[in-house]
Amino acid sequence: MNAPQPLHFKPSEGFRARSKAVVDNPFLRQSFRGAMDFLMSKRAAQFPDAEELESLRTLGESIRQYNLAKLPELLEQLEANLRRNGVQVHWAETPDEANAIILGICRQRRAKLMVKGKSMVSEEIELNHAAEAAGIDALESDMGEYIVQLADEKPSHIIMPAIHKTKEEIARLFADKVEGVDYTDNVDALIQIGRNVLRQKFLEADIGLSGVNFAVAETGTLCLVENEGNGRMCTTAPPVHIAITGIEKIVEKLEHVPPLLSLLTRSATGQNISTYFNMISGPRKPGEKDGPSEVHLVLLDNGRSQAYADEQLRKTLQCIRCGACMNHCPVYTRIGGHAYGTTYPGPIGKIVSPHMLGLEATATMATASSLCGACSEVCPVKIPIPELLMRLREESFSAPHANPAMRGQGAGHSALGSAVWRGWAWVYRSPALYRMATWLGSRFGFLMPSRQGGWTSVRVPLKPAPKRLRDRLRERG
Amino acid sequence: MSARDRILAKLRPFSPSTATSAPDVAAWFAGHRPVESAGEKAARFRHFIELAHAEVHAVTSANWLTTLRDVLRDRDIDRLLVAEGTPHGEAALDDLPRQGVECATYDLAIEAWKTEMFNATPASLTAARAAIAETGTLILWPDALEPRLMSLVPPVHIVLLDATKIYNTFYEAMILEGWKDGLPTNALLISGPSKTADIQQTLAYGAHGPKELIVLMIGGEQ
Repeated sequence: MNAPQPLHFKPSEGFRARSKAVVDNPFLRQSFRGAMDFLMSKRAAQFPDAEELESLRTLGESIRQYNLAKLPELLEQLEANLRRNGVQVHWAETPDEANAIILGICRQRRAKLMVKGKSMVSEEIELNHAAEAAGIDALESDMGEYIVQLADEKPSHIIMPAIHKTKEEIARLFADKVEGVDYTDNVDALIQIGRNVLRQKFLEADIGLSGVNFAVAETGTLCLVENEGNGRMCTTAPPVHIAITGIEKIVEKLEHVPPLLSLLTRSATGQNISTYFNMISGPRKPGEKDGPSEVHLVLLDNGRSQAYADEQLRKTLQCIRCGACMNHCPVYTRIGGHAYGTTYPGPIGKIVSPHMLGLEATATMATASSLCGACSEVCPVKIPIPELLMRLREESFSAPHANPAMRGQGAGHSALGSAVWRGWAWVYRSPALYRMATWLGSRFGFLMPSRQGGWTSVRVPLKPAPKRLRDRLRERG
Repeated sequence: MSARDRILAKLRPFSPSTATSAPDVAAWFAGHRPVESAGEKAARFRHFIELAHAEVHAVTSANWLTTLRDVLRDRDIDRLLVAEGTPHGEAALDDLPRQGVECATYDLAIEAWKTEMFNATPASLTAARAAIAETGTLILWPDALEPRLMSLVPPVHIVLLDATKIYNTFYEAMILEGWKDGLPTNALLISGPSKTADIQQTLAYGAHGPKELIVLMIGGEQ
């Protein structure tokens, strides 16, 4: 009898099938194409001056690299200054630890209802599931997140969570799931429905949860970027505010914020600034009449320290989560966010998820790229995404070795694949072997099978030409 | 070992011991935008905040209450939340009730009247501390007199702005005002009424915060 195999969550499994399902769905294709074209043109309109854009990206990159270099020191400085301001700071190595901290605060406060501002890190730790299991109602309040939660789905884009849904689908969803609501596909009316439901929840909630866009070490300040006002509601109206962030989102100085904020909103949604920029430096002070009486910050590692330990992979942590890389990605545009099966989709998802989930679960993600480079061209902090994808392919498919830089190194390795590449390298290194191999190819090309795996599903079979280039050139003299 | 110590221990060996050179943010902003006159800054501020769907009225320190009354009358609003103890709040308290507009004040902690704040407060009046021309942005520092929720919960938010306090950029505002040496519990940048494009990229106003943002700008017409 075989020993029982450990079970693993494998987003890689089914990646192909999910991608194919979207590619075969003309409505979804059209919806993503339209949305991405819209976001790309809005971004382009915000950067009319190529020189300004380039110098601002260079500045953004240097700010992120400078702060990452000082990360451990800055984390301690941030913690000290937040504590001084009256904010309680918690550290979590894993999603489970982060959930336990958050639910512990909820239990202490006997909380029943938690309203949530948009936070991808809370998606990353699957807080909503953990809260549900603990009997706490965790309600998303960003309109897109609210829609996705009502539909029992996950966000398909980090900035526009419900980008895969048409207004007719949302209209049906509201009519089905929201009490006392008739079908309407008028967008203003739909937003008002969401507003009315959630306003009551902001009033009642025991806990408000949010993410963090920038955490400023020198002042002990948590900065949040948003348009709707739900983020401000979550961080201001309930008696307790819990913020959660990855450990990388720190800047040392307040003056580092304006360039990053400008890059973020212009790259993400093509706005010169978001409607709200909310800077929180502490709970309600004596004499103040509103604001939470308790503010907590949860600092989450979840694989980020693995990326940090390698100079090249560390660049992954420069990310400010604008989503421009997915908006410009030909692969994301065709397969959408859900196909990836990870919290973060698209180019950034491909380089960050392996650190969170291990390469066992994400080995093929890095291969879903044509390496066209559009992502790194628009990245506001110049992350060399194609270079990192190449590195991740190497980590996934090379033979397992001692002291790997990444969890799951070699997960995609196959003896046959390796042998083929070794043979290829051997032939290409030796002119004599190469000449012989191409000669054999030109003579026996007719033996090539007519079905060649994935290649021939949409293309004609590959067949070596009867005459090699070198033969043709020789004939020409 | 705590999670904190374990995380820091994983990071520390890889943090370069030699300092990386600090990014020169000041140099970038020095070459970023020409210095503008007060009038140019007011015009730029107005252009951008109007693009974001805010309504701007040019007023003077003598006539702003008249404009405020007109703004309220046009919307059939007969109840306004004002900040007692501030000059503009006191001026409104002195004037509006005689004109038939009831003035509510934020004199109790929110717990005592949260439902009323959410369900029976159609409009509020606050001041802005300053503004930013480049992005059409109001800067608010809520405090004990003018608390945080005043600029968020009422569906109509009216802001009084002194046009001489408009900075060129966000960077300039934080440097000239020395923000790093003392921030309030909550500092806000507000650049229009609440909005969302989460349904099929269609822009809709009044998502969760104010549906209307009205700026009464004192001065700035040069």
